[in-house]
Amino acid sequence: MSDHLKCSNCNKEATVHLTQIVNNKIHKVDLCESCAQKKGVTDPQGFSLADLLSKTTFTPEGNETQLTCPKCGMQTADFRRTGRLGCAACFEVFADVIRPVLEDMHVGTSHQGKVPEMALTRQNGQAQLQGLKDALARAIAAEAYEDAAMYRDQIKEMEQAVAELEVSQA
Amino acid sequence: MIESIIKSNSAELTQNTKKGAPVVLSTRVRLARNLADTPFPERATPAQRSDIMSRCVDQICELKHMKNGAFFEVSELSELEKQVLVERHLISRELCESEQGSGVFINKEQTCSVMINEEDHLRIQFLKTGFNLNSIWKQIDHFDSDLEKTLDVAFSPEFGFLTACPTNLGTGLRASVMMHLPGLVIAEHMERVIRAVNQLGITVRGLFGEGSDATGHVFQISNQQTLGESEGEIMNRLGNVLKTIIDHELNARFKYLESNRAQMLDKIGRAFGVLQNVHVISSNEAMNLLSLMRLAVDFKMLPESNRSDVDRLFIECQPGHIQYAANVDIDPEARDLARADKLRKEFSNLPPLSFDKVGEND
Repeated sequence: MSDHLKCSNCNKEATVHLTQIVNNKIHKVDLCESCAQKKGVTDPQGFSLADLLSKTTFTPEGNETQLTCPKCGMQTADFRRTGRLGCAACFEVFADVIRPVLEDMHVGTSHQGKVPEMALTRQNGQAQLQGLKDALARAIAAEAYEDAAMYRDQIKEMEQAVAELEVSQA
Repeated sequence: MIESIIKSNSAELTQNTKKGAPVVLSTRVRLARNLADTPFPERATPAQRSDIMSRCVDQICELKHMKNGAFFEVSELSELEKQVLVERHLISRELCESEQGSGVFINKEQTCSVMINEEDHLRIQFLKTGFNLNSIWKQIDHFDSDLEKTLDVAFSPEFGFLTACPTNLGTGLRASVMMHLPGLVIAEHMERVIRAVNQLGITVRGLFGEGSDATGHVFQISNQQTLGESEGEIMNRLGNVLKTIIDHELNARFKYLESNRAQMLDKIGRAFGVLQNVHVISSNEAMNLLSLMRLAVDFKMLPESNRSDVDRLFIECQPGHIQYAANVDIDPEARDLARADKLRKEFSNLPPLSFDKVGEND
């Protein structure tokens, strides 16, 4: 063990050492005087180590490979710095970066709650429809008219189903 | 702009206090939701933010809960109006700071508010007086499902509902109960309670959330984790902790009354005397005296019918509300005079404290 623990927030010498047990997991944080003040550690009423951990566990370990989200331009370093994600696509790009963070933060790491069935059905439907339209365009370009006719029928069928779903909801 | 909110005679928090409900003032549940196809508010361009807002507004105003609701764009609200809405727990401080393209939908009863482009695209909140976790969940679940019929929400099977901050991932659900805990504060047990519930993943905060202190002995208690459990499990766990806290609080009150009866009655009696005769009072002092008046109702020193007056004054004595009622710009000193006038008038109409039924069980 080194003589001087570094502040997990700013790398200065740590003088405040905290341990808290959340859900039978031990969390430890070392902070310097000024970061401890800033984080409100000295105020026992308003302080929760888990809140603090949610920020400090984001500190990068060595030279991390930088990933970039194609949708919003967010980078691994941005996530480490802010603790926030930029868009829905970020969760695929940074999945491996996010998972370890969730372990300390939540009861479990996978969703157990409500599923937005309606929105998912619609989104999947739209993705499938787009796939069929792409396939149709490719078939026409390749002059594979039999395939094209099949795709066209499938598209028609799906669009009808979507229309019926919307009517039943209204 | 927010005249209708202030003047409303059907507002949940100020007009609809639950009868015979000691300890729990109100219950709130909020869900964080985002649209699948647009960057989260912080990374969205101004054009994307206004697009999100208009899409959400179009859908939300169709919902039956919002039929007689009102929509306010943050940029159109004055600082004072924002403060009043914060004091009514209808918007967050964070929303007040947000730039162009943010707003809030509030229903007529002020039980439901939807913030648009706060930290997430949508923050749906349902609020009711009293201890109501399950019935609120039913309402908000229904509202959320209705919204999802037309809006494509960001969701992953692994991470659940996707949110800007990983602390809200999964269910996106934060249930929070406002508790009046003078017994535990007076008995100096509060610190121990906070430490104990923190270890169970439950957070305790002051009246106005993060960083605020517990004036008026009012604490906000909520779940910290949102992922790895279902909504039902989260609320069960929170509900069990809250029930224990309620027991401890009632016990602490009873014990204190038993061993320090004269001191307790003296505290309440003096508070009542101050409120009837006060001429200058800060909002902090007002909260602390009102807290003792709520206790007076619990102890049957004041009629049950006055509980709602006390709860309404908790809100109407906040700085923003006093300023708003004054109609002209006044400084903090003048506010302390206006607050005192209001309290003196209200308390002169109350019956004298009755000390004979104190501590009797129902």
